[in-house]
Amino acid sequence: MTRKIVYAALLLAALLAPFVGYPVFLMKLLCFGLFACAFNLLIGYAGLLSFGHAAFFGGAGYVAGHALAVWGLPFEIGILLGVLAAALLGLVMGALAIRRQGIYFSMITLALAQMVYFAALRAPFTHGEDGLQGVPRGTLFGLLDLGNDLVLYYVVLAIAGAGLALIVRTVHSPFGQVLRAIKDNEPRTVSLGYDVDRHKLLAFVLSAALAGLAGALKTVVLGFETLTDVHWTMSGLVILMTLVGGMGTLAGPVLGAFIVVALENKLGDVGRFLAETTHVEWFASLGESVGIVTGLIFVACVLLFRRGIVGEWAARFDAHAYRRRADL
Amino acid sequence: MDIFGIPLPALLSQVLLGLVNGAFYAMLSLGLAVIFGLLNVINFSHGALYMAGAFAAFIGVTRFGLDYWTMLVLAPLAVGLFGMLVERTMLRRLHDLDHLYGLLLTFGLTLLLEGAFRSVYGVSGQTLDVPEALAGATDLGFMILPNYRAWVVAASLAVCLATWFVIEKTPLGATLRAGTENPKLVEAFGVDVPRMVTLTYGFGVGLAGLAGVLAAPVINVTPLMGSNLIIVVFAVVVIGGMGSILGAIVTGLALGVIEGLTRVWYPEASEVVVFVVMVIVLLLRPAGLFGKETQ
Repeated sequence: MTRKIVYAALLLAALLAPFVGYPVFLMKLLCFGLFACAFNLLIGYAGLLSFGHAAFFGGAGYVAGHALAVWGLPFEIGILLGVLAAALLGLVMGALAIRRQGIYFSMITLALAQMVYFAALRAPFTHGEDGLQGVPRGTLFGLLDLGNDLVLYYVVLAIAGAGLALIVRTVHSPFGQVLRAIKDNEPRTVSLGYDVDRHKLLAFVLSAALAGLAGALKTVVLGFETLTDVHWTMSGLVILMTLVGGMGTLAGPVLGAFIVVALENKLGDVGRFLAETTHVEWFASLGESVGIVTGLIFVACVLLFRRGIVGEWAARFDAHAYRRRADL
Repeated sequence: MDIFGIPLPALLSQVLLGLVNGAFYAMLSLGLAVIFGLLNVINFSHGALYMAGAFAAFIGVTRFGLDYWTMLVLAPLAVGLFGMLVERTMLRRLHDLDHLYGLLLTFGLTLLLEGAFRSVYGVSGQTLDVPEALAGATDLGFMILPNYRAWVVAASLAVCLATWFVIEKTPLGATLRAGTENPKLVEAFGVDVPRMVTLTYGFGVGLAGLAGVLAAPVINVTPLMGSNLIIVVFAVVVIGGMGSILGAIVTGLALGVIEGLTRVWYPEASEVVVFVVMVIVLLLRPAGLFGKETQ
């Protein structure tokens, strides 16, 4: 019962948010929330730490942006092409990376994503360092004018919501159970007769496609795509979001994404405030020192706070969830 | 004399450049392998510590007026001490957890270190002069050999081989290898394993610091020089596997040369050739060239 009330309140808050906050910023939050959830599907439920998710996020952003800006395709087709590109890339990268396990898996995804970064840096259609500019928003099914921030917000909310629903459904499906079994004990899952590699690959492709959906949406929302989104720091950022919110929890990555994105955007203000109150000049440059702050949060989370916000909350108030996650 | 339309001296100078890069790959992947063996941690901050070593040399020479040779000793020591501090205060707490947390912690440290150097030095590069004794070049007849580059290759090779010798052929190395196999049993024999772990980590990152000092006069010293390199070194580690010390050295050098040769024939691909080799190795020999498959 309380659960239903919480969900209804969250839905209401999401529907009313653009009247309180700045719609473009809220859409950015939604995109990163979906991105983090897609990443969490791998680390939280299959135990695979991908260090290359920027390739899908940024890659899909470039494809969708190019389809809209240069080929003049409509919104739906552009997004779909972005998702397809990410899924295809996920299929290739996943098939290579699952040939090795554990820590090697992470290193391989990182190296392959770096290849995608160099491709984006050199390929003519990405415009290299300048980035892809002037991506039009167009209309949805030729009916709704997405140039209106409010209309676009509800479209993005609906798509991100559908993406989240798909993740929730996947996690609770028999397929999701097998993923969890792989995470807990891979050899035993093999001996139970499951094709572990196929499950891993499918999870990887699904995660890549959803990360691509998030990236494609973000490009349309902001109207441009740059190399930042394919750089390894973006892969690190999505790990941070998931870690802060709580790996292996459904709500955690969304919360973590909101916190990290908000922090990045507001860090300059925070720094100026600190500089004024404490009279320490250095704080004024905090806005340019995002790396130091994200690095500190990373270290603090890993050392003191491994369950993340939602995970800690569940451990404190939900004994059942605590037992399930006692391995942390 | 031409080989496939490329004049021999040009070819040889690219091979030498490749060897210089390969020497750095070898030193860094060697350190990674040694650390991984004993700590089961993939040290993401290896690249950042290589950068810290280069900056330490730069600061020592320009700010404190020390010479290159002093910094060649002091900088790796400083980096090693910093590493031991990190191991004692942070990495040790993660020892019983999933290996992923070690990777994540060191990734956070990388961001922290890069951010710190960036806030002081910005993103533009600093340069360090080549020490006087090694300035200039030697004419070998068939090519001009810049002395400093020859020194980098020779010094790194010597350090790598010495490390290999100590680990494979001495009693100290035997203890170390035993600690890798079964730390509990080694501890029962009266060896202070936690101290050994700390010293090993310090040594591994000290190697990264030394590579940084060696690199400082031949490349642009920037806060981001480490992370670009570490991703390539990860690919090198995937190719070679971390089971063999000699394997790490050979793979590092060979990939450096392959990269150099690619720069001659198809410069656009030189940035990604190591990754392409990694893909091929994964397809043909998933466990890596010298690897024994471990979890």
